[in-house]
Amino acid sequence: MRIRRLKAIAVKEVLQVWRDPRSLAFALLMPFMQMILLGYGVSLDLKHLPVCMFDRDASQTSRALLKHFQASQYFAIVGGFDNYRDLTKALDRGDCRLAIVVPHDFSERLSDTGASSIQAIVDATDDNTANIAIGYAQAVIGGFSSEVQLERAGSEGLPTTAAPPATAQSRVWFNETLESRNFIIPGVVALIMALVGAQLTSLTISREWERGTMELLISTPVTPMEMMLGKLIPYFAIGLLDAGFCLAFAVFWFQVPFRGSLLTLFFTTSLFLVVVLGIGYLISTTIRSQLGASQIAILVTMLPTTMLSGFTFPIDQMPAAVRAVTYLVFSRYYVTILKSVFLKGSGLLDLMAPTLGMVLYATVVAALAARAFRKRLD
Amino acid sequence: MSTAHGDAETPIVAEGLVKRFGSFTAVDNVSFRIARGEVVGFLGPNGAGKSTTIRMLCGLLRPSAGRAIVAGIDVARDPERVRQNIGYMSQKFSLYGDLTVVENLRFFGGIYRVPRALLAERIRFAVEMAGLSGRENALVTTLAGGWKQRLALGCAILHRPPILFLDEPTSGVDPESRRRFWELIHTMAGDGVSVLVSTHYMDEAEYCYRVALIDRGRLIALASPAVLKERELGGELLLVECASIGAVMAALHDAPGVRDAAVFGNAVHLLVDDGARALATLPAFLAGCGLKIDRIELMKPTLEDIFVHMVGAQQQGDGARP
Repeated sequence: MRIRRLKAIAVKEVLQVWRDPRSLAFALLMPFMQMILLGYGVSLDLKHLPVCMFDRDASQTSRALLKHFQASQYFAIVGGFDNYRDLTKALDRGDCRLAIVVPHDFSERLSDTGASSIQAIVDATDDNTANIAIGYAQAVIGGFSSEVQLERAGSEGLPTTAAPPATAQSRVWFNETLESRNFIIPGVVALIMALVGAQLTSLTISREWERGTMELLISTPVTPMEMMLGKLIPYFAIGLLDAGFCLAFAVFWFQVPFRGSLLTLFFTTSLFLVVVLGIGYLISTTIRSQLGASQIAILVTMLPTTMLSGFTFPIDQMPAAVRAVTYLVFSRYYVTILKSVFLKGSGLLDLMAPTLGMVLYATVVAALAARAFRKRLD
Repeated sequence: MSTAHGDAETPIVAEGLVKRFGSFTAVDNVSFRIARGEVVGFLGPNGAGKSTTIRMLCGLLRPSAGRAIVAGIDVARDPERVRQNIGYMSQKFSLYGDLTVVENLRFFGGIYRVPRALLAERIRFAVEMAGLSGRENALVTTLAGGWKQRLALGCAILHRPPILFLDEPTSGVDPESRRRFWELIHTMAGDGVSVLVSTHYMDEAEYCYRVALIDRGRLIALASPAVLKERELGGELLLVECASIGAVMAALHDAPGVRDAAVFGNAVHLLVDDGARALATLPAFLAGCGLKIDRIELMKPTLEDIFVHMVGAQQQGDGARP
């Protein structure tokens, strides 16, 4: 390998990116736009879910219960009805996702027997949201119940402190505020880097084929290795720049707590870049049109990273077969690492397994990419 | 002593080169040798197999059969070492349009590892040779065809290769640029560079020391233009101008002493055994057929005449085969 030739390729590549407004914009603006879009767009938190009411009891107690719903930040009461027909319509139209029906004997039974029930109708077209909504509704009702119990104990002259015999004091670690954003944003960073990285290099070889410059290039003594390194190094620099930007954006704009070391982050990010740039290059050597190469690059980075990296869906909850497949998804290692470095402050030692996974991945991809390029027309 | 493997005096050797694409044979058993400092023209219509042969010699295509030995090295065995020794201009312009003149030259200077001490001087020479002084920093895509081609040649010779493969370097280039181009090639040949240059301009072939005629993948002749004209034609050439070319052509095929007739523009080129006798007898013969001619005279054959004649002979040979 000759450094001189490698340098010639790298300089040429920089000049070409610099003069091509499209790839320059892609390299520098795309991460910014995606951070905004995905950072704000993707949230698994449930807030202000629209709720409709049908209070058949219309007592002081039932109104107190509804007030609890109103006070909760998870729900927003958008309407009240006095018959089932209108309530059903509101659910059908999607005006509300949850309907609370208080039976006519609610307060009566509560004071007689000490127990009563209410009806909750939930729109479960989105089962995930429905489950969360039911959970929150139960929490609101639970809060109301203990208040009623306390009141009753007070009125019967019992010591109020004795009312709830035992409660679980849960303490949340790593993501104390339980903001889904805090674990989604690191995943977003991984997604953007995979997308931009593979996209950038997917064009680099196919561009030479498309413009006809490849024929001359392969008639020169340049070796496949010089070609690969010369072409990847500039994009590695751009990738690091993008990564730095995205990570800073996550910390300073989205306020995701960063507890790890910058060195760990730099090392693992570099590894990930090698993987995604290598995958882009590999695609580029096999597909000779720029459009085709870029489409394939989007397909192989975006889809697995979104679905199978643990970015949105927890890997632990996947069926065993799917879980096995995730080991082939390069971004799963980086998503794991990013979440841990950000939220837990894990160091390289704690992250040995995913780091080795990435090292292995990078080695295989680099070896394949170096061999994939053939200096021939046929 | 020159061997079958080529040496310093015969830097380009093709031995029975064959290239098949599926069932189509693009190059069919082509053999030739090119000496040091020789300029050989590769002549033939589009699709005759010129580019494919050159690409095999550069190691860009793998021959289906036969061998290419360039700079004494078997191309199939060590293409990289061959590539150190050659300069190549592909048929399609293939410099970087989004780089400037100087950036392109620097790029190839780096790729060929031209010694840094020499690079500045060589780049200056290439810029001057291409007539691009003052436009060093222009983007290549903004240059007109002739300049682009000369710059491509400049890039191909930046490392002073002893062997040059030029694939239709002058297609789409104005006559003045073409003339300058050939002057350059002759200067380099004078310095000992071997040049294989393909073209479909028949007149350009006159600039070559030897001409290789190729048709439908087969090498049908390889000799100097003068020898080709004298030997391959095997007769003398007459120019006949007339109004009704079709009728005259038909009549001439049966005329005594006429070996071949071909239409060139608004005239007929006639190959005859004996020019003087044909001049004396043909006007009367044609008049006997009721045909009037405007002019008939002896002419010097061009390579185009040779080519048309030889391709015709080949095709007749093909037709005779089972």
